[in-house]
Amino acid sequence: MSRTRVAAIEGWFTLDDEPRLIGTRCSDSGTVFFPPETTMSRAPGYASSTLEPVELSRTGTLWSYTNAGYQPPDPYIPVSDPYEPFFIAAVELAAEKMVVLGQVVAGVTHDDLGVGTEMELVLDTLYSDDDNDYLMWKWKPVGWTAGTDENEGTV
Amino acid sequence: MVDEVAIIGVGMHPWGKWGRNFVEYGVAAIRDAVVDAGIDYRDVQFVAGADTMRNGYPGYVAGATFAQAMGWTGIPVTSAYGACASGVMAIEAARHRILAGLCDVALVVGADTTPKGFLAPAKGERGDDPDWLRFRLLGATNPTYFGLYARRRMDVYGATQDDFAAVKVKNACHGLNNPYARFRKEYTVEDVNNSPVVADPLRLLDICATSDGGAAMIIASPEWAAAHGHADAVRIKGVSTVTPTFPNTVIEMPNFSTDSAAGIDVPPRTFKQAIGDAAYAQAGIGPDEVDVAEVYDLSSALELDWYEDLGFCGPGEAEKMLRDGQTTFGGRTVVNPSGGLACFGEAVPAQAIAQVCELTWQLRGQATGRQAEGARVGITANQGLFGHGSSVIVAKP
Repeated sequence: MSRTRVAAIEGWFTLDDEPRLIGTRCSDSGTVFFPPETTMSRAPGYASSTLEPVELSRTGTLWSYTNAGYQPPDPYIPVSDPYEPFFIAAVELAAEKMVVLGQVVAGVTHDDLGVGTEMELVLDTLYSDDDNDYLMWKWKPVGWTAGTDENEGTV
Repeated sequence: MVDEVAIIGVGMHPWGKWGRNFVEYGVAAIRDAVVDAGIDYRDVQFVAGADTMRNGYPGYVAGATFAQAMGWTGIPVTSAYGACASGVMAIEAARHRILAGLCDVALVVGADTTPKGFLAPAKGERGDDPDWLRFRLLGATNPTYFGLYARRRMDVYGATQDDFAAVKVKNACHGLNNPYARFRKEYTVEDVNNSPVVADPLRLLDICATSDGGAAMIIASPEWAAAHGHADAVRIKGVSTVTPTFPNTVIEMPNFSTDSAAGIDVPPRTFKQAIGDAAYAQAGIGPDEVDVAEVYDLSSALELDWYEDLGFCGPGEAEKMLRDGQTTFGGRTVVNPSGGLACFGEAVPAQAIAQVCELTWQLRGQATGRQAEGARVGITANQGLFGHGSSVIVAKP
């Protein structure tokens, strides 16, 4: 039986090859909410505005970045033994004027990242069980491909 | 400006990893504060407890837990939770009671027993809780956010690894003689830089631990204080418990994103700036008048952010202020004379109260071995999860 690709959280991003984050837009103010706000616009004074689904920009610039040097505690699900540190990026989306966090795909090194680096959204497996691969959005530098970086593996 | 209340007694249980019930630490702190105030516990007319989320039901009802532990006297209680700012929410509840004329003297107390390692969310599958989801989907711990802020300082302001380490070195030195501090050991910049990376660029010694501890204060109306021998008691001049203003464009724990500034103007002051602003406005005191500060150095780099956000220097000037020795003894504003979280580790509900206890000792001239000479005005600052921040300004009368 083939494995099933499942979103690690439903309704926050598309499962396309070029994925998009799914937010909601406050129709009267134009501000955007991600994760998608569905109850009421949180823009003060716009409580009666409608919220419409909107796909966010796929690319942005790196606002800052860090890594997870130690394995995060439960409910983080470990994916390797021994643990391999990964980077976490905060990416600023120009049109939405907001910063969105995400893990950085494995293999990206310190030398590939800097404040202002152009980043794009990709899909990657966050963790797996016997039947499913649970997919999550991650960030990677635009134009970066695995295996081409001479510093790969030296975090 | 609002009316003042007097701090007539303070007490703390030493921070550590004692592994005992949190109530013990709180009771020890209360007993010290009562003795310091020279009153009988039965004089207390109101108890405000700061909650802990890690110690079962008694932790959620801290006010009642401590009122019972001290022996029920029939007085009203409240319990406050505001993440790292819980202690000041409890101070504020007690202060309001006094300012409203509903009581003359009140107890504020917070204590915690903490597990080892990263602070983690409550157990269970909770797919609608952002604090749970950020661990599951991002692997984002609290230091993740500290690391993002620190890297940003490096890239925008030219801060260095050594600057962050120098904060730890300074605070470690400040806390060496503090009997309430958990870590009383000198460190070098090399020690810090050679410790393991937790959240790049931050090392293990850049990031505060979690600790057990307890802190308590007795506060009173100035009239009641004067009538009980405390005419010269340190005054609370301002208290801030503000929340962010939409859109908050700085990434905050435990969020996946900032608010969007599309369509809505960004407020002129950031959330962290607003925390201090509100306290200064209430006190009628400006940053230039502050002699001593206890700020939340959850990470070494965060202490530098506070210098700027509290107005001790301009944006990007914090590293210079540190390097010039302006935030240690003999400097313009002594920051974290207690040793800060670097020497204490965080005991969440006690920590914001402990900050005020330390400033009380500083302003009384009782901070043996860590005294900021001649200090007359002090400020605390603190920020935690879910949009909570706090600041307290204290001054000599």
